[in-house]
Amino acid sequence: MNIKTSKVNGSLVICLNGELDESVADFTRKSIDKAILSERFDKVIFDMKGLSFMDSTGIGVLLGRYKLIKKLGGAAMITGSNKQIDRVLTMSGIYTIMGKIS
Amino acid sequence: MENYFELKLKSISENEKFARNTVAGFLVPLDPTLSELDDIKTAVSEAVTNCIVHGYEKIDNGEITIKVQISGNRATITIIDNGVGISDIEKALVPFYTTKPDSDRSGMGFTLMQSFMDEFDVYSEENKGTTIVMTKIIGNEGVND
Repeated sequence: MNIKTSKVNGSLVICLNGELDESVADFTRKSIDKAILSERFDKVIFDMKGLSFMDSTGIGVLLGRYKLIKKLGGAAMITGSNKQIDRVLTMSGIYTIMGKIS
Repeated sequence: MENYFELKLKSISENEKFARNTVAGFLVPLDPTLSELDDIKTAVSEAVTNCIVHGYEKIDNGEITIKVQISGNRATITIIDNGVGISDIEKALVPFYTTKPDSDRSGMGFTLMQSFMDEFDVYSEENKGTTIVMTKIIGNEGVND
């Protein structure tokens, strides 16, 4: 797992690269939280283009980050998911709380 | 085609990727679609994660057994742990139910296994362990979807 963050027009963009499962969940959680807490962002965008696989551990990681972002008063969105990840996200209902950017 | 393999793994999360890719690789001769392979990889990843996180509660001296049986176009995957077992299977199968809500667990593991595979069974006994048996019928796409 490799995580790159950048600021684009006041939004925090988090690019996840690799495969998101239990083996990298702690690292992913900590890295994302550090970026989210680094300054105030209105919007956090999870860019999944570089992610080739994600299971329900990833849903848990995203839900946990969503709670933090919401607590800080921001919004969260997801973009770039491949078919496998999109199915997992859809089934978990995550798009009802985090918007999907096509 | 008739074929099978059996694999024993140490219960560490670093083995999840190996497990799902090995099962998927073994089933390639059945000529599955990419989406069927993704379904299988996801279901295997969920089952193995359950063994590690719940069955053995992250204690890394447990052992996970994975058996794959190919019979015609049916791929049956059995995943066994000798961990703590599930006290209430009915509850465990409810979407979003998790015994570990404070550790960012989604409670969606069993739901994904049931959705992505054609047949799914769970056998569990407290303090003895859990066995998951799930079958994917290759070439079934478009019939049930």
